Amino acid sequence: MNVTDPRLLVQPSPLLKQRMRTDQAMRDVLYALLPATLAGLWYFGLAALLVILSSIAGALITEWVFSPAQARSARLLDSSGLLTGLLLGLTLPPALPLWMAFIGGAVAIGLGKLVWGGLGYNLFNPSLVGRAFLGATFPIAMTTWSPGAGPADFFQVYESTLTPPFMQASYDAVTAATPLGLMKFEYQSTPLWDLVIGKTSGCIGETSGLLLILGGVYLAFRRGLDWRMPVSILASVLLFTGALYLLDPAKYPGPLFSLFSGGLLIGAIYMATDPVTSPLTPRGTWIFGVGVGLLVVLIRVFGGFPEGVMYAILLMNSATPLIDRYTQSRVFGKGIKTE
Amino acid sequence: MNALAALFKRGFSHGIHPDELKDQTHALPTQRMPFVERYTLPVHQHLGAPPRPVVAAGQRVQRGQLVAEPGAFVSTALHSPVTGWVRAIGPRRFPGGRYEQAIEIEADRYASQRLRVESPPDWRSLSLEDFVSLVQHSGIVGLGGASLPAHVKYSLREGVKIKTLIANGAECEPYLTNDHRIMVEQPEALLRGIEILHTLLGAEESIIGIELNKPDAIETLRAHIRSDQPIRVVPLRVKYPQGDSKMMIKSILDVEVPAGLHAADLGIIMNNVSTVAAIADYFASGMPYIDRMVTVSGPGIEYPANLVVPLGTPVREVLRFCGGVREDTREVVMGGPMMGTPVASLDEPVIKSSSGLLAFTAEHIARPTEYPCIRCGRCVEACPYFLNPARLAKLARARLYDEMKAFQVMECVECGSCTYSCPSGIPIVQMIRTAKNTLWAKKSKAE
Ligand code: SF4
Ligand code: SF4
Repeated sequence: MNVTDPRLLVQPSPLLKQRMRTDQAMRDVLYALLPATLAGLWYFGLAALLVILSSIAGALITEWVFSPAQARSARLLDSSGLLTGLLLGLTLPPALPLWMAFIGGAVAIGLGKLVWGGLGYNLFNPSLVGRAFLGATFPIAMTTWSPGAGPADFFQVYESTLTPPFMQASYDAVTAATPLGLMKFEYQSTPLWDLVIGKTSGCIGETSGLLLILGGVYLAFRRGLDWRMPVSILASVLLFTGALYLLDPAKYPGPLFSLFSGGLLIGAIYMATDPVTSPLTPRGTWIFGVGVGLLVVLIRVFGGFPEGVMYAILLMNSATPLIDRYTQSRVFGKGIKTE
Repeated sequence: MNALAALFKRGFSHGIHPDELKDQTHALPTQRMPFVERYTLPVHQHLGAPPRPVVAAGQRVQRGQLVAEPGAFVSTALHSPVTGWVRAIGPRRFPGGRYEQAIEIEADRYASQRLRVESPPDWRSLSLEDFVSLVQHSGIVGLGGASLPAHVKYSLREGVKIKTLIANGAECEPYLTNDHRIMVEQPEALLRGIEILHTLLGAEESIIGIELNKPDAIETLRAHIRSDQPIRVVPLRVKYPQGDSKMMIKSILDVEVPAGLHAADLGIIMNNVSTVAAIADYFASGMPYIDRMVTVSGPGIEYPANLVVPLGTPVREVLRFCGGVREDTREVVMGGPMMGTPVASLDEPVIKSSSGLLAFTAEHIARPTEYPCIRCGRCVEACPYFLNPARLAKLARARLYDEMKAFQVMECVECGSCTYSCPSGIPIVQMIRTAKNTLWAKKSKAE
């Protein structure tokens, strides 16, 4: 038998690769968010679905329009735009006019990612950039919470949902305060169990603590997120609020309430863990996490807003390059004394 | 119990766990590759200066006869693997695709190919200097990958006292099983080699480090060690790159060899088990380094094998002996899949450092789509030298090679753990290699 030369490629080693790919990792996060998303839809109905879809459409269309032609398909296929759109959608109020959600998605990708040079180069979490933009531009719409109708009235959308573009929304008579708002402005607590299963008003996807945690555990097992991040954020929130609660239980919210209310879980598990905008090193991750936890408590307790997760993460995003610089490991064999 | 203890021992940090892929060959007894018609011996097969040819075209040579003598201290001898005639001396394609000086030998098919060499003197009567010079003339190089002529390590700097001798049997590269077979099949030779080195270097203790995935090697060697011998076998966690000398020293002795120093500066000598066995063979029969053990494997190979191959045998002949390669083979690698060198043509010969010949099909080497770095930190957590590969890759892409020095690029051992672990498919170590080569070239130009 003769061996003829096959058409040999001369690719340099290593030839072996682990199996996880970046696009797969992004899709994993999407799967992890699915249960919480469905819970949001179950609770807030068709309107919530439309808000999420508008936000995703805003994100993907922007990515398509503003990417150079040869990079388009690769950028859409890496699923990161889809993830940004979904994450933004999940942190919007269910009765938000759809055109606002669309603009939010567009801004998230445009200002949050593309102007920095695309995936991997942005300093701030894109979906939070989108949300911060909406919060500043449409403060009323972004803080008007509507009660969920439950699955019985799935097809019943809010009056505000279909507001024509660039018009202000008019709301139904009934609005509902979020648990954090109730706590901050009326010193009224919400039963913990309602928080855990998500039977409260709030953003579409942030209410069901249980499902968010479930998705997080799945991701951690798939190594899709750095477990240190949620653990450090949640532990520090527990610790700081626990200390305050011990000081004055009447004035400050309890640690478990703090954990399950507002956007803390979705932020800690799905947004702070965005690899692009969080530190590279394990030590840096701990610092980042504790920083977020501390800022969340400071803003919630002492600031003017009931919720602070978004700003806490954005602030720590801006500190990431600095953290990376100072947590660089000691290179093996360097700085060892030799006689 | 020992295995358990080793599992919990600290060992080195970071690193990766690629599939071992050794099942195809780890239990296959070694076979001899038959002699073929033509041999190509690249003259320069190791670090340091090239040897000087001492034969001329047309000359008759015997198997084991010297054909090139050491060209400097950091250089070694080269011997004919076969009895026959020197046909040509000139530039030939070398593994890695470069053209280099080579000696071409045509085998005499009627010759017996029996080795007729002088026996070396009894090693017990040797001084360390004589030993060093004999090893240099045996042509043995470090067989763990770096290919430093073996004797160089034994000529100790003034004032250095050797405490520990380590025989490296980690064989952490996937697919490769040649060191494994040596430990299982030739434990006496290996232990004899350790005894020679141990005595002549004046070591206090000798250690054989073996990854836990080779329990038969661990048992065989333990059974062969006499109770009066200061030799012990240390099982090691299966983790890549356990066989890297500084990582192994960290795992076994919990000592961090400072950057810029060699293990010998701390009184530690490390050798690959094959190197040690080759030294034992040389002092037993006078057999110079002319045959090497090669693992032929990989998804493109019909009949994987562990082979003893005479140096200079064309890759094509070795593959033919193993039943050829699958039609869709797209890459043949010399060495391991993590650090080996791609073969550019099947006419390239087996050289002293060819521990493996691995054939990969198109499907196995398909380059996945490359995505931007998402700063996931997997490469950072993989790098056993605690470098920041993501950062280095970014700088390399911008060709900021001098800036890379500040990030300690020169400490990189090119183990490839970073590229292995990157989900975005970024060729990190490949870019680091280019950067390092550029920096070396610049440095040597400046000198
Ligand atoms: S940077 Fe160098 S030493 Fe570190 S993992 Fe990559 S190849 Fe190995
Ligand atoms: S493994 Fe790849 S994507 Fe992740 S940080 Fe390193 S270079 Fe970037």
